[in-house]
Amino acid sequence: MHVAYFTERPYRWVPEDVVIRNKAFFAVPNTYFDHVRGADDYNYFLDEYCYAEELGFDGVALNEHHGNPFCMGNVMNVEASILARITNRVKIILIGNPLPVIKHPLRMAEELATIDLISRGRLVTGWVRGAGSEQFFNNANPAYNREMFEEAHDFIIQAWTRPGPWRYEGKHFHYRHVNPWALPYQKPHPPMIIPGVLSPETVKWSAEHSYPYIGLGTSLGPTADLWDYYADTAAEMGYQAGPENFGYLIPTFVADTDEKAQELGKGFIYGGGQTVFSAPQYTLPPGYNSKDAIRRLSKQPGGSWLGVNRNKLMQAAIDDDAPIDYEAIRARAEGQLRKSQRNYLTLLGSPDTIIDKVKTMLTVLRPGTFVFFGPQGPVPNEDRLRNLELLAKYVMPEIKAYAEEIGLRSPFETPPGDLKLRMGEARGAVVDRGAVPTVEG
Amino acid sequence: MAVTVATREDVIQVGEVPVTVVRGGEGPPLMMFHDELGYPGWMTWNNELASRYEVIVPLQPAYGKTPKVDWIRSYRDLGGLYARLMREQGWSGAPVIGFSAGAFAAAEIAAGCPSMFSKMVLVGPLGLRPTEGEIFDFLAVTIRTHVAATVSNVEAPEYTQMYGGEMTPLQFELFEDARAETARIGWEPFMFNDSLPHLLSGVGSLPTLLVRGSDDLIAPQGCITAYEAAIPNTTSVSIAGAGHRPEIEDPEAFLSAVNAFLGA
Repeated sequence: MHVAYFTERPYRWVPEDVVIRNKAFFAVPNTYFDHVRGADDYNYFLDEYCYAEELGFDGVALNEHHGNPFCMGNVMNVEASILARITNRVKIILIGNPLPVIKHPLRMAEELATIDLISRGRLVTGWVRGAGSEQFFNNANPAYNREMFEEAHDFIIQAWTRPGPWRYEGKHFHYRHVNPWALPYQKPHPPMIIPGVLSPETVKWSAEHSYPYIGLGTSLGPTADLWDYYADTAAEMGYQAGPENFGYLIPTFVADTDEKAQELGKGFIYGGGQTVFSAPQYTLPPGYNSKDAIRRLSKQPGGSWLGVNRNKLMQAAIDDDAPIDYEAIRARAEGQLRKSQRNYLTLLGSPDTIIDKVKTMLTVLRPGTFVFFGPQGPVPNEDRLRNLELLAKYVMPEIKAYAEEIGLRSPFETPPGDLKLRMGEARGAVVDRGAVPTVEG
Repeated sequence: MAVTVATREDVIQVGEVPVTVVRGGEGPPLMMFHDELGYPGWMTWNNELASRYEVIVPLQPAYGKTPKVDWIRSYRDLGGLYARLMREQGWSGAPVIGFSAGAFAAAEIAAGCPSMFSKMVLVGPLGLRPTEGEIFDFLAVTIRTHVAATVSNVEAPEYTQMYGGEMTPLQFELFEDARAETARIGWEPFMFNDSLPHLLSGVGSLPTLLVRGSDDLIAPQGCITAYEAAIPNTTSVSIAGAGHRPEIEDPEAFLSAVNAFLGA
């Protein structure tokens, strides 16, 4: 199993009340950004990733968001380029580049090839559609999001593999002269990994391409459902999906004591946490989701997609002058944090506390890639580093041994899609539903 | 109140596109291009005009009944489809009333072929970069906020009839479809076309009535000013107290302005 470390590289200096008043991280005014602290943080997070390598993690994972202090990885390829040079061993996993938002796949092909070359073949490149808010920030037409995603992806593969020069006239992209001289170090191209929050369309697309799909902190039951869907699609494509096809990422904070982990782990709900990444109108811009997804949403008013549901979309504008009970909001968020721990959506505790939980998750979901999502909120650097140390020293050896015992092979050990099914052969199980723990309310 | 005119829906083939058209009334054709939220149904003002005209409402592709048309990627493309429909049905030279984004499509048609319309009524018109202010970014708000922002008076009877009460799943879906298609063809630049004023300056003497509610939150007064500057022969009417939907907020004032213009 491949174990990686990920952090959103949060901007830790926005007063929490500002986020709560804004009801979201997206659209908090950038007047709260301090360039000196920003400089310190960008350098610190690079150092933190280097420390993860030193401690023995297999990979370091980065992502990208825009206009949002929740994640300061705004131009992830720049950070990845630096890591390509200052690390030596770890895979550099990008989860992932928001293709429709960047809108320039030829440039993307060149940037990624450069990272792969500088790192001498350690790039694992992932693709995403970009969060809804990113469509606004980058003025990317949400109604063309999926089309642009697929076309950009197909183009990049061609740019890396088809001898140039050639001309490209697509639907959304047009290039007169495709002949990039920076070509990937890995042949035919870097491995892919597709992160997501359980959009069936993305799961299917990943399976059709034999790309590993990595669930981003998604509930065990629905994740198992979608991995079955992936495996069904894989079987239709003629291969048996296995651990190499699946990854899982989970918010984790480990400290020397459970008490300290619980206290600092509240950083995951700072300002409201991931559920207030962006306000509903920015999370689901018109046209961003498929018609089927909208139909599902319309029939489930209480259902939720990234914290958004039909009722929230039907709410009127925020009343900026309404009084806010900050303490009540914080108390509610703390309740949600406790619930998310009970439901295996967040791991907080000492190493001994979380090891068994991780083993349960490995048993149920059988991922070949497991990613620890480091702390959010204003957690001091020394506690962030201690989290890494404890994970590497006490948690990683235990879970790696367990993964070996139950046969969780990573995509870097077993190429996804290599295990072919014979015509008519039934596929094997990819999850163990019998091990799903009882979910409490 | 006048007797409600019977309406019917025809499906008319325009090239490969089966366009659903709502028709009601008797007389010469009067085209109506609905706004970005979709055809709201047959209203008081439709009924009134249907006593003198056959009111013809093509339903925009991707808005429920007419299928989505992939090659339509701008309001100019949409105008092209509507223009072909009018030519092939013998409706060229009819007057037109366009609402909001429907006015954008009408203006695109007029810019390309001024003789397609005898007269043009543009209500809360989008399509031109406002000389002052900004077109409200209704795609960056929730559906409920968007719909509410279209009127000044949410108690207006026909608004309540159309949009009041709990939004049903079907309404939710239709609004989402409408907003998705508006995003698809109007996202950037948002709901205007910078080449349009240059072409509109060549529409000659095409009589054009510009109607705007005084409290319109969607189309600022700068939209009207831009149309006044672009089109040589315009008359402007402001309907006091109305928002972006004067035809449902104050049907009497709206009809008074339209009748005076069309009947003149």
